[in-house]
Amino acid sequence: MAIAKDPINLIITGVGGQGNILASQLTATAAIDEGFYASIGETYGASQRGGSVMSHVRFSKEFQYGPLIPRGQTDIIVGFEPLETLRVLVDYGNENTKVIFNPRPNYPIGVLTGAQQYPPLQELFDNIKGLVEGAKVVAATELAKELGTLVAQNVVMVGALAGSELLPVSVAAFRQAIADVFEDEKKREFNMKAFDLGVRGYAEAKTL
Amino acid sequence: MNPVFLDSPGKTVLMMGNEAIARGALEAGVDFTSSYPGSPASEIQEVLARAARVFGHHAEWAVNEKIALEACVGVSFAGLRSLTSMKQNGVNVASDILNTQNLAGVKGGVVLLVADDPAAHSSTNEMDSRAHARLAKLPLLEPGNIGEAKEMVKYAFELSEKHRLIAVVRSVTRISHARGNVTLGELPKRARSPEVGEFDRFLAHPIMHPLLINKNEAIRQEFESSPFNRYDGPEDAKTIIITSGTGSMYAWEAIRSMGLKDEVGVLKVGTTWPLPKDLIMKHLWHADNVVIIEEIDPFLEDNVKVIAASGVFEELDVPKIYGKRTGHVAGPKGPGAGEMDVNVVEDILGKITGKGRPKPTEKFAQAKEKLSGFGLPTREWAFCAGCPHRASFWVMRTALKLDNRNGFVLGDIGCYSMGVTKTGYALSRNLSCMGAGIGHANGLGQLKDMKQPVIAIAGDSTFFHSCLPGLAHARYNGSNFVYIVLDNTATSMTGFQPHPGTGRNAVGETVEPLDIPAVCKGFGIETEIVDPFDLEEAVATVYDALQEGKLKVLIFRHKCQLIQGRELEKPRPRVYIDPEVCVGDHCGCMRLCSRVFGCPALIWDAENGKATIDEVVCTRCGLCVNICPQGAIKIEEENA
Repeated sequence: MAIAKDPINLIITGVGGQGNILASQLTATAAIDEGFYASIGETYGASQRGGSVMSHVRFSKEFQYGPLIPRGQTDIIVGFEPLETLRVLVDYGNENTKVIFNPRPNYPIGVLTGAQQYPPLQELFDNIKGLVEGAKVVAATELAKELGTLVAQNVVMVGALAGSELLPVSVAAFRQAIADVFEDEKKREFNMKAFDLGVRGYAEAKTL
Repeated sequence: MNPVFLDSPGKTVLMMGNEAIARGALEAGVDFTSSYPGSPASEIQEVLARAARVFGHHAEWAVNEKIALEACVGVSFAGLRSLTSMKQNGVNVASDILNTQNLAGVKGGVVLLVADDPAAHSSTNEMDSRAHARLAKLPLLEPGNIGEAKEMVKYAFELSEKHRLIAVVRSVTRISHARGNVTLGELPKRARSPEVGEFDRFLAHPIMHPLLINKNEAIRQEFESSPFNRYDGPEDAKTIIITSGTGSMYAWEAIRSMGLKDEVGVLKVGTTWPLPKDLIMKHLWHADNVVIIEEIDPFLEDNVKVIAASGVFEELDVPKIYGKRTGHVAGPKGPGAGEMDVNVVEDILGKITGKGRPKPTEKFAQAKEKLSGFGLPTREWAFCAGCPHRASFWVMRTALKLDNRNGFVLGDIGCYSMGVTKTGYALSRNLSCMGAGIGHANGLGQLKDMKQPVIAIAGDSTFFHSCLPGLAHARYNGSNFVYIVLDNTATSMTGFQPHPGTGRNAVGETVEPLDIPAVCKGFGIETEIVDPFDLEEAVATVYDALQEGKLKVLIFRHKCQLIQGRELEKPRPRVYIDPEVCVGDHCGCMRLCSRVFGCPALIWDAENGKATIDEVVCTRCGLCVNICPQGAIKIEEENA
């Protein structure tokens, strides 16, 4: 059921190169078509270089909100990576925050060089579960494999968000947004498939 | 279709701030646009370059910001409208013309759009470029949201033409790189034809200074009734917020969230230099508490205080002014550092009104304590998988080790800035402005007692932007260093914009490329071209150059991996680690591939005690095949 609140605050988080910006753009385009004011704040300094990336997306029927969500006040987190999901949940979430995330880890360079340790996945999941109820695990990278490329996980996750019906934005409006954003027919079809995989993926998702 | 190009007046679309700025210029019928890329401003010119074919204006990438602004001013002499966009550092480069053209004046509208970067998301610094507008006595506009950014750019052309001054519009990251609703306006037909009039003269001379001061007074009067300045709230509010730029969004949100609508007023000032002092004074009269909310420096704050101080002549009871100077307005990094947000406004309003903001529950407070900040592994930036800079730094690292005289690298700004971090083996010793590496080497390279060899590096776009004078200086004064141009065929850090060496221009036309080695040879400097992916050859070349002990240029040429990835027609053969050959920690290589080499695609499989490749991240560049001492990293054969 859609969250009944104004504004609704959504954070899409991941690692540089995972396609945050496209995901937030599709979501906000769909919302504007449904009569919302949408505001997006992207944090992507050296985004293609493996840093943490966060898109704040805010929806309101009343007011053009600023692009930054105050700490502790996000309603939904869509995480492309489990460590980033927890990082954002701790700083921006609260006990009512809904979480949908891709469980596939992406290792920071500090972990690869041995300077830091990536927490065991189960520990990350337990931490998320300890903070909020009903977090959904969508294996978006695995689903994207069906399309023959692993990088489409971002649009799969957008599909999962639409499928969750947490936003008062219809699946049809999301599909229209994909049609609007992708002029190239091949890309449009490809992304539509990825989106549909995500809608289905949410229905079949595990709950933490 | 990109909404920037839509001819649908009245339609509301989602637009990025930089797109809205570009749209504002199109709605003003801009004739000429010139820019050097820099985050968070780059997309403005990218959009205008794409739009050039449709709208017929001129769009170009300049070699640097000074040239860009000078070109725009030149076009203005002929009565045409021009826009240049840049990041905060760019205004420093352009400041010489800015501080002379203020006297000399312009004819056609010239707009300088600067995008500052509070919190330095994509910068080395959080310089507040508003000081430049005040320094040069030029009108300054600060949009409060994306829609207003479009309107202000449009108005800035009129303002510039009316007062014959360059108009400055200051965006910030949270406008430029944000997206929001924008309502489209009319797109006019461009109808101006260029002509420099018989009596047109544009002369900087001290005689113009009093005239410039008079212009500022005329602009100030115009700003007193500008629609970009707005007061919302009770007419006689005892507490008011005076705010500019994005600060207004945060101020309004904080007032909503704290239920202070009937108590606190907001004076949003869009025209921040020269300030509309009568308008501000009017609100100082009814306020006991004034909170100043703005991005980066206490620019508005200081200038409001100057106005308040002049109030003593009228026996104004000067209100308390809460700001960064007093330490009251501060985020986690302290007053004046980092970016503004709603929480900062809520905190100061809380202090004044006694109302608090919601605190995290016990569970979240504990989690924050344990996991915030360094509680979870951080993500340090790294060269992309397949990045030629990794190869270049590996080569320099190896050659400097072989040379064994504690040599080091001096660089500047670009993706290779990361040479100061682990991903570049911390070889680079400096980080400041574009072209600084060769500049510093010019000093160190002339010290007679200096025993350590010096390598200066710069990217191919930086080479044209700010290295040519340094190179001439080095040749003339006989500085001794090895200058390596990391030529990856694009301005990669800011989004792969072309430059004079690439053979393409801003609108995608093919042009004759400037040949970097030929330029260096033209300076009379010995120059060699090397592919850093040819590790053995490249190491030998750098080593020999270090040993020779004289000025030498090496061009490391290898295309940016992200561009290569786009151009590939079919995927390259898979790179994999043969678990039969990798002996893990028994090797003695100390996990050379994953720990030392530091490619994000080379990961450690703890379960099997061997290295492995993350196929999502790997670009199949094949560089690592040459570094494994066991030969365990292999390229899959085509038809295997």
